[in-house]
Amino acid sequence: MKSPKFLLPVATAGVLALTLSACGGGGGGGTTTGGGDAEAGLDGRGPITYVQGKDNSNVVRPLVAKWNAAHPNEKVTFKEQTDQADQQHDDLVQHFQAKDANYDVMSVDLVWTAEFAAKGWLQPLKDKMAVDTAAMLPSTVAGASYKDTLYAAPQNSDGGILYYRKDLVPTPPKTWDEMMQMCSIAKQNNIGCYSGQFKQYEGLTVNASEAINSAGGSVLDKDGKPSLNTAEAKEGLGNLVDAFKDGSIPKEAITYQEEESRRAFQSGNLLFHRNWPYVYNLAVTEGSSKVKDKLGMAALPGKDGPGASSLGGHNVGVSVYSKNKATALDFLKFITSEETQRFYATQGSLAPVLTNLYDDAALVKKLPYLPVLKTSIENAVPRPVTPFYPAVTQAIQENSYAALKGDKSVDQALSDMQKSIETAGAGS
Amino acid sequence: MATEVGPTPVKAPASGGTPIHHGPKGVGEDNKILSQGKWAAWLLAPTIIALAIVIVYPIISAIVMSFQKDAGLDPATGLFTAGGPAGVQNYVNWIAQQCATPGGGTVACPPGTLGAQFWSATTTTFIFTIITVTLETVLGFWMAMIMARNFKGRSLVRAAVLVPWAIPTAVTAQLWLFIFDFQGIANKLFNASILWTGSEWPAKWAVIIADTWKTTPFMALLILAGLQMIPAEVYEAAKVDGASAWQRFRMITLPLVKPALMVAILFRTLDALRMFDLPYILTGGANNTTTLSILVINQIRQGFNAAAALSTITFIIIFIVAFIFVRFLGANVVEQSGATGKGKK
Repeated sequence: MKSPKFLLPVATAGVLALTLSACGGGGGGGTTTGGGDAEAGLDGRGPITYVQGKDNSNVVRPLVAKWNAAHPNEKVTFKEQTDQADQQHDDLVQHFQAKDANYDVMSVDLVWTAEFAAKGWLQPLKDKMAVDTAAMLPSTVAGASYKDTLYAAPQNSDGGILYYRKDLVPTPPKTWDEMMQMCSIAKQNNIGCYSGQFKQYEGLTVNASEAINSAGGSVLDKDGKPSLNTAEAKEGLGNLVDAFKDGSIPKEAITYQEEESRRAFQSGNLLFHRNWPYVYNLAVTEGSSKVKDKLGMAALPGKDGPGASSLGGHNVGVSVYSKNKATALDFLKFITSEETQRFYATQGSLAPVLTNLYDDAALVKKLPYLPVLKTSIENAVPRPVTPFYPAVTQAIQENSYAALKGDKSVDQALSDMQKSIETAGAGS
Repeated sequence: MATEVGPTPVKAPASGGTPIHHGPKGVGEDNKILSQGKWAAWLLAPTIIALAIVIVYPIISAIVMSFQKDAGLDPATGLFTAGGPAGVQNYVNWIAQQCATPGGGTVACPPGTLGAQFWSATTTTFIFTIITVTLETVLGFWMAMIMARNFKGRSLVRAAVLVPWAIPTAVTAQLWLFIFDFQGIANKLFNASILWTGSEWPAKWAVIIADTWKTTPFMALLILAGLQMIPAEVYEAAKVDGASAWQRFRMITLPLVKPALMVAILFRTLDALRMFDLPYILTGGANNTTTLSILVINQIRQGFNAAAALSTITFIIIFIVAFIFVRFLGANVVEQSGATGKGKK
């Protein structure tokens, strides 16, 4: 009977201590002066390390082996991270903060690029370190730039595609209004009309910015300031809200992430479906799919023509702390070369960043969505390029979610979004 | 924290029993105890140093950070610059729900910022804690009573009860996410079309149900341990005296199991106040299911120092709750154990 008395303070202390220590691991904040590190090691050659998330489709290892065979004195070591984006981000941040010279080249998600650039962690790709981007899709280059300077080389791209039922819709809609008119077809067949991803998470930022950009608005202006108090932004978000209201978007779509919406479309319950290219393979091969030979693909609908997809994908950057930047640059060029890009597409189904590959007959045969994806990416707008991305995406998600559920008017949601993003830019 | 973590393990053997029993036997014994104490201190030193490194240092570091401003953007270069000392501004901002403005002042945080969620997250955390701990205590007690009985297949039942507890929380959350899917089994079973993760109270109940399912076994096991310490003779005596089943439960089981029950409730309460995985995976914090821990994690991605301030606030809140438990209910535990000790003799 003594034990509880003795256990209590110790156990309490222990449990409490864990609460706090779990949060203390962040280290000393992210501040740098940049400058000097970016000038060092520009001519350095020697072994380097390439850091990327889990290599699910086994593309990195063969590439690295190929590079190493050709460059015995400048070998690349592959450091594989987890397959969770948040963990990859935090791992990179920790190594940058420690000024680790062993993280030479890394794969950087599109939405982290501005943050890392503003922290002074990524080597600006200019002068001696310049990379030729002429052959690349312009939107992918924009997604790798911050303040008009290229900070990373685009590695692979991704854009939204409108999947539709070609057995029910002979020609796909070009504009949002056309699509909404076709919803009567869905009603006749007793299925839902349209769905993207509307749960409160990153996918909602993608869908809401697509709606706003497609209507001619934008989340941030050229200077990175929010620009949401516009008629275009109102029309864009309003389109989604109205579609929810009149049932064109089924009410359960408010709980959809990518997979839930894909399942709904694949089981034949949706006429139109916005999703990423990965859906194509599953929809035509999975046994449970009811849309195998009824699957059509088109560019996202916009105001007068193709809509503005949100851009996904990865860039490759060079750490300012790397000692062998000349080797790193060569490796960057190797990754963005046509040969490697083709390999990425065939082996890993990763959409290339080089424009001409989208018209390559052999590739199109293997990945039939490439022509549609090309239109999508050509019209794509990178998700807001800002070093405050986490705060910006939070503001978009929370307020557009409230608007979609009808808890808030579109005007109120946009004005709250505007104000939230303004305070985010002001620091904390 | 530092002072509590430090000395307690050293003192433990001294108050733990053996030295006290041997105490009155002679001077030689006293010396032996002294040198034993020294030895104990030396033997425990590595553990204490390890604890200091992994627990005390991060806590102090977090507190120091919480008094620093987060890095701001230099508009000319577009690069981040160090924030400098902030005083208690980070704390004030959280509690008053104030956000910085581009001009340099502060305004009430607009909806869509993390700063606007502090009080709602606190409320949500306490709602979750109170409801889940209550449900888990009641159900756990009931399960423990069943497991304490002698019947065929008892060990099978005990093992089966443990299954939910053995599954990692993240996996549990994913399982329940499938169950609460619009086309999922929860809706099919009740022939309903509830948007479980899409509106406020269903989302809250989804989290509560999943948490109760997962952690009731923990409660049940701790209570079972307490039940098994009650000697069977006490019940026999009560039966002989003609006590009814309800009287036996109220007058014997409940008081005797109380110390174990209190420890179990304390553990669960502190754990529930830190709830993170379930709401994070089930709802992503939408529909007012953001707990304080989720808020801390989201803030870490936007600025370490404000996050450090928030985690310190969370720490203080949990500390106060723990203090209340140990002070008021914990004092009870001591009294009870003393009383029953005498009673048994």
